Amino acid sequence: MESYEALVHSGFEGKPDVRDPKTLAWLIRRNGLEMTHISRGSHIGSVLSVAEIIAVLYSSVLNVDPKEPKKPDRDRLILSKGHAGSAVYAALAETGFFPVEQLKTHYANGSILSGHVSHKGVPGVEVSTGALGHGLGIGVGMALGAKMDGARWRTYVVLGDGECDEGSVWEAILQAAQYRLDRLIAVVDYNHMQSLTTVEDTLKLEPFEQKWKDFGWNAESVNGHDTDALLAAFGRAKENAGSRKPYVILAHTVKGKGISFMENNILWHYRTPQGEEYDAALKELEAQRP
Amino acid sequence: MRDAFARVLEKEMEQNERIVLITGDLGFGVLRRIHERFPDRLINAGIAEQSMVSMAAGLASTGRTVLVYSIGNFPVLRPLEQIRNDCVYHNADVKIVCVGGGFVYGSLGMSHHATEDMAIMRAIPGITCYTPGDPAETEVVTRDMLWRKGTCFLRLGRGNEPAVHDGPVKGWTFPKAITLRGGKDIAILSAGGILTQAMDAAERLAAKGISAQVVSFPCLKPLDTETITEQLSAFRKIITVEEHTVIGGFGSAVCELAAETGTGCRVKRIGLEDCFTTVVGDRQYLREVYGMDGKAIAEKAEAFLKE
Repeated sequence: MESYEALVHSGFEGKPDVRDPKTLAWLIRRNGLEMTHISRGSHIGSVLSVAEIIAVLYSSVLNVDPKEPKKPDRDRLILSKGHAGSAVYAALAETGFFPVEQLKTHYANGSILSGHVSHKGVPGVEVSTGALGHGLGIGVGMALGAKMDGARWRTYVVLGDGECDEGSVWEAILQAAQYRLDRLIAVVDYNHMQSLTTVEDTLKLEPFEQKWKDFGWNAESVNGHDTDALLAAFGRAKENAGSRKPYVILAHTVKGKGISFMENNILWHYRTPQGEEYDAALKELEAQRP
Repeated sequence: MRDAFARVLEKEMEQNERIVLITGDLGFGVLRRIHERFPDRLINAGIAEQSMVSMAAGLASTGRTVLVYSIGNFPVLRPLEQIRNDCVYHNADVKIVCVGGGFVYGSLGMSHHATEDMAIMRAIPGITCYTPGDPAETEVVTRDMLWRKGTCFLRLGRGNEPAVHDGPVKGWTFPKAITLRGGKDIAILSAGGILTQAMDAAERLAAKGISAQVVSFPCLKPLDTETITEQLSAFRKIITVEEHTVIGGFGSAVCELAAETGTGCRVKRIGLEDCFTTVVGDRQYLREVYGMDGKAIAEKAEAFLKE
């Protein structure tokens, strides 16, 4: 039987170049599809929307080392929208933190790869999340600790837009500005959909960028599927150190991005890709291979 | 208790620069000296308890011992999920310090009565819960807590509480119970600031020729099961007292052990019966109304012995 790794890497000549954001984003989608297919798991829509954000971070932005996952001066990444955990698991495995083969155990009995991202036994994961509205507060604490130590590493927190319904997110937004955490970078996967319906029909966030600015942050909006635009935005976010303000990137994305029938379809927050739907999704992904 | 805590903390902060204190915009008077001496290590999180506790977990991950300070239910019930997920699950070196366990803020109303915190915190796996009975016990458990790695909960009373111990508690080892008074007819087991009432009850019982042992449990979790097991064999009847609901807290913990030990010793729990406080009054008044002042404890003990 073909190994899991051989399956998701089939079509690549040799090892895929995970330093290329587009390649890593494709691999996150490919693994996300396979993992939710094998596990009959949910949240594929969120994995597809956050793919480029996570890919750009792990391929090009974060100072992290798979050989030394706990090195003291590493950048910290918190996936606050823990339900997109398989995107981070895929990025970590593909960049060498643990074997790609292990991804097939996602959700399985006895596995360490829970549906919502977990740090227990998983090299490279800083924080376990899953309950929304926790990650930014933890990131504030990390960035504050770094600042007190005069350290130069940065703290990155990836949030969901629906998650911003949580009051605790806004507490942390206030605190980050108050403590002038200019090495704290938040990224919102702004896919405009949450669990039941659209963000706009649930709790509107607009004018969202202005809200962050009004709360004392530097903020910008980008196309969250354009890896070059994201790279440039992260470059500006890094240069933001010294501004005495935290930085947020509102990454406009499409939930289910890359698989036409999943795009902007609320069904795919929970639905698992099986049968013909899995085949069709795979075919679409194959056509997008970098 | 509050002042004993602040005193020990100030001393430890002097010696350990990795100790940081986060306050939820409370404790102005108590923390003033710490603020003056260590302004960089006292952070006001604002009235934002949820993020305050997440922040504490993040800050602890940078190699610090982080205390979170607030009153009543605010540092416990409001950020409960943050305590569970962000702190305890990550084994974060965070110390949740609650001033005002029980009816301390009596006249302020039920929002300020911390009467379920022990039960709720005790249910979280791996957390350490301290329930000192007086300022002297507060000193030893605060010191213990600041040296113990991992997430802890410290339930304090208030400032200017009467001392029960004659002097400092000497030779205490974690998580031992402390016997304050010998007795042979009945044992009164106490957790937290209600200890004064347990001692008062023993005094009243003595006047009636009933000899009551009084034992304080400055550590609710882990519980000193060894001492309780000995008492379950030595006594036929045991009373537990706590300024807290009788459901799920200290008395429940003793009952769990009694049921499993099976010595036949009966346990009576004294505390707030499954209800909210609705009357207005100071701490001692509320203890009287809800049947956990020294007089009530003595009466209940006497009746229990006759059963």
